[in-house]
Amino acid sequence: MDKDNEALKASEEQVLYASVLMLGVLAGLAIMGLTYFIYLTGILPAHVDMNYLPQVWGKNVNEYLHLTHTPHGWEWTGLLMKGDFLNYIGFVLLGLMTVVCYLVLVRGYMRQKDWTYTAISVLEILVLCVAASGMLGSGGH
Amino acid sequence: MIKSRINMLGGQLFVLLAMLMTCPGIAAATETMVDPAISAKPWWFWPLVLFVFCLILGVLAVMAGVGGGVLYVPLVSGFFPFHIDFVRGIGLMVALAGALAAGPGLLKRNLANLRLALPVALIASTCSIAGAMLGLYLSSLNPNIIQACLGATIIGIACLLLFSKNTEKPVVTKQDAIGLALGLQGVYWDDGSQESVEWKTHRTLLGLLSFIIIGLLAGLFGLGAGWANVPVFNLLMGVPLKVSVATSKFLLSITDTSAAWIYLNRGCVIPLIAVPSIVGLMLGSFLGVRILAVAKPKMIRYMVIGVLFFAGFKALDKGLGLGLMG
Repeated sequence: MDKDNEALKASEEQVLYASVLMLGVLAGLAIMGLTYFIYLTGILPAHVDMNYLPQVWGKNVNEYLHLTHTPHGWEWTGLLMKGDFLNYIGFVLLGLMTVVCYLVLVRGYMRQKDWTYTAISVLEILVLCVAASGMLGSGGH
Repeated sequence: MIKSRINMLGGQLFVLLAMLMTCPGIAAATETMVDPAISAKPWWFWPLVLFVFCLILGVLAVMAGVGGGVLYVPLVSGFFPFHIDFVRGIGLMVALAGALAAGPGLLKRNLANLRLALPVALIASTCSIAGAMLGLYLSSLNPNIIQACLGATIIGIACLLLFSKNTEKPVVTKQDAIGLALGLQGVYWDDGSQESVEWKTHRTLLGLLSFIIIGLLAGLFGLGAGWANVPVFNLLMGVPLKVSVATSKFLLSITDTSAAWIYLNRGCVIPLIAVPSIVGLMLGSFLGVRILAVAKPKMIRYMVIGVLFFAGFKALDKGLGLGLMG
């Protein structure tokens, strides 16, 4: 088979997935760099003082949340004007990229009437949404 | 000539890493989590050391052919003053960022296979949620349980890396019914041998079931799971090594996403230490890839396996409270 043979090329949905992912990753990393700069320079005040962090990052997460009055789950969205929580935008974007890419896949598989992979993709979106929702494992402190 | 220089560079990086791990400040960090000497250090000290540490780790990980997460969690939990809850959460973010960055290139070159990754990802990501929740629960009971289990797992991974003999192009005579139904076959261009390589899977059910355990371990310890994905794809399911490695890397972007969300929602990601870790390891990986393009030093791989054994025994020692390794 020749190197330029069509059979050797990635499928249409695979290329689309890659393109969307590429955009998201670049945006995520750029945002992460920018928000970390804002945090370190103190342009926005931090919720947990940086000088206090070395005293609490050795504690377990429950103690840490209690001592620093840090919310969990999606409650961080109420603290976006704080330098440290601003960084969550980059983390969340990286965490949401796979869901966005899967939505693109579902559309492609439905068009091809590939119901097995449509079902697998939809189930994966549900799993990721449940994980992201904060319904699991974010209680208990 | 170039090879010996690269071996020398790897050796120097290794010495630098060892110096970082044994410098008095870091050594003291492993003694106790509430040492006043640690909290007396300025806030920027540990993130800066962590950044340099992760940069070196990134280079060595690529040169040794292992993922960043598998080195990050045992070494940072063993030699830095951060609680293992945060190290696991950030370890997953590190593995996730690396996998997301590598994904587009691997998919476009048709090395990572979407049809192979999707069913496996569904199983692994669901189980990684369970693993993450179990990990947080066990850690709240007693962090030493997680530390000891992590140590045992890391020693197991080091053995796996040392003894497993992957096959470049496994021979699959007959595809099984599940593999056929899911369309788990493909063809890719091998630049090395300048030929197209067709592949298909066998023992698909067993392979899929293996990802239950892999997902659990990935979530439980925040390790990423390339070390386990590749042998299952390659040795068990008969997928060529190149496709196995690429699909495994891409798969991490899905598996780790679900577990990372659990840790993120629980508050286990502290931005001050997460960003230097992610950026340091990614920059280190870029540098490592450039060095790798020139040569592939096998010696570094054995050194990293040695470090994994050391980190594994240290975690086990810490978890069991034996105090044999300081």
